[in-house]
Amino acid sequence: MTRVLDVRDLRISFPATDGHRFHPVDGVSFSLDRGETLALVGESGCGKSLTSLALLRLIPPPGRIDAGSVIRMGETDVLTLEGEALRQIRGRRIGMIFQDPMTSLNPVFTAGDQIAEAVRAHLRVSKAEARERARALLQEVGIPDPAERLDAYPHQLSGGMRQRVMIAIALAAEPEILVADEPTTALDVTVQAQILEVLDELRRRRGMAVLLITHDLGIVAGRADRVAVMYAGQIVEEATTADLFARPSHPYTQGLFASVPRITGPVQRLTPIRGTVPPPTAWPDGCRFRPRCPQAFEKSELSPELLPVGPDHRMRCWLAEGKLA
Amino acid sequence: MTPLLEVRDLVKHYTAGGLFARGAPPVRAVDGVSFDVGRGETLALVGESGCGKSSVGRTVLRLQEPTGGQATFEGVDVFGLDRVALRRLRRRMQIIFQDPYGSLNPRMTVGAAIAEGIQIHRLATGPEVGRRVGALLEEVGLDPGYGRRYPHEFSGGQRQRIGIARALAVEPSFIVCDEPVSALDVSVQAQVLNLLADLQRDRGLSYLFIAHDLAVVRQVAQRAAVMYLGRIVEAGPTEALLAAPRHPYTVALLSAVPEPDPSLRRSRIILTGDLPSPSNPPPGCPFHTRCFHPSRDVRCRTEVPMLRPVGATIAACHYAESTPAAEMLVETR
Repeated sequence: MTRVLDVRDLRISFPATDGHRFHPVDGVSFSLDRGETLALVGESGCGKSLTSLALLRLIPPPGRIDAGSVIRMGETDVLTLEGEALRQIRGRRIGMIFQDPMTSLNPVFTAGDQIAEAVRAHLRVSKAEARERARALLQEVGIPDPAERLDAYPHQLSGGMRQRVMIAIALAAEPEILVADEPTTALDVTVQAQILEVLDELRRRRGMAVLLITHDLGIVAGRADRVAVMYAGQIVEEATTADLFARPSHPYTQGLFASVPRITGPVQRLTPIRGTVPPPTAWPDGCRFRPRCPQAFEKSELSPELLPVGPDHRMRCWLAEGKLA
Repeated sequence: MTPLLEVRDLVKHYTAGGLFARGAPPVRAVDGVSFDVGRGETLALVGESGCGKSSVGRTVLRLQEPTGGQATFEGVDVFGLDRVALRRLRRRMQIIFQDPYGSLNPRMTVGAAIAEGIQIHRLATGPEVGRRVGALLEEVGLDPGYGRRYPHEFSGGQRQRIGIARALAVEPSFIVCDEPVSALDVSVQAQVLNLLADLQRDRGLSYLFIAHDLAVVRQVAQRAAVMYLGRIVEAGPTEALLAAPRHPYTVALLSAVPEPDPSLRRSRIILTGDLPSPSNPPPGCPFHTRCFHPSRDVRCRTEVPMLRPVGATIAACHYAESTPAAEMLVETR
């Protein structure tokens, strides 16, 4: 397996009103192999989107990536890049698509112009060639009559079609990694199914690595090879998808599963997680899930590391010690 | 026993206005919808964006004026009421929205927002108002002292609880829940769904629950109606509808639900194409442009199918008897 991305001890900080800095992403590590889909799962405010922005060095100031963080793509140390070298990473090696395709597309340019622009930003081709590539990309993402749709403006396209155009732009420079941040959250379920199918096919055909950021465990089940569950700025559980769903081990992951209504099986009263996610300015000491955890015990007052609970399966919870022993 | 709410042949068309849209055909958001809601019951209206489900909820409450049809609530002809009588009726029919933040006045304390309805309908006076507000906050799981705070001080889940308390303040018997949990995180969504279930049990409330998520619908509703392009295409008891859907659109919608279980290799039907424009719906069956039913033919393109009983549900499909299950379709493809 070719490793295409390595993230180690990623910490992102923002200044608080009291002059201290707080850490909405606090020590996140993961890696990505060629052709693999890793899902980062979590609720609002867990730090999953900031993590993905950091890969492209798009953390908005006054936020910053703290010293000691490592982001490597092969031989490239992403955190030391400046200027042109940094621009060569964005789009060329990592493509990115966001939740809302309407606000990410420029309303006054046609779909074709915007894809061709992305092509010419990274590849030395003529305008005519760029347009032809744009047409081929539209075809690849499953847009019918691609030659005609080149001249469509974003408002003339449906939500699903716009998201396909965004994917075409992200693919324009043939990146090794595609970051998809809640790519289907704004779409209807039948359209969501279409888009996820497109992403999966592209991954298979191009051997791209995909980092899928989502709050929806259902999407993860069908599409990801591995899963990392985030809570309060940290990864709290990571495993292969099959193993995570068969043996969710961290009390937070278990809580998420118990909260989701199902389409099959008996209808039971849902078991919600008590309380709410704390804001990043007030992460609790010790285990960050402790105030909401039904299984918290004395040792939870100390911060746990990611501990093994099985092969390729780790969780940030002291209960792991008992599970292995 | 007569149902709490009877809706017959409801129509809501939006005429395009403004400089650029003059002479454009009207948007047929709701195109002849009929249903009942029983006392203490939840009926879900399910469908994707633009299917008209929210317009149904709003016209039934006359937050928007209907283009045609009848609605009878507790024996009263809702669409025939004058403004004074309508205000009286609003005490009995309330709505909660997807985005409670957008429906709360940011400059009004939460307590004042909840008290508003109590005062308008003169349900209490003096210190009794404050006492009721405190009791309502407690009933929806919030600290009674939160009444002095402003909406921005609350999380999304707490705001939805405030929206619910505000709807309950006037003691309604019927609440339209318009995507009440769609904007919430899953752990909070479960809290709000449980709260709605508890309130229904304790107060005997009826809900018209508008949603796009079939798993949520299954959790809350005894009966469900699936809408497509302004019409109900299938309706029935929720369990029967999900166990043996008879309309191809219901089959597709159900197969698209991402189920959090990788061992369930469910067959997905990927619908081709987009939703047609509701201002220019296709002739015949509104779903025929995206349909995958093996028997579909010229009749589907010319003749509008009527809702009729098929098995345990009613479905508007000429060939509902032979609609295949998703699994069979994918295997034969």
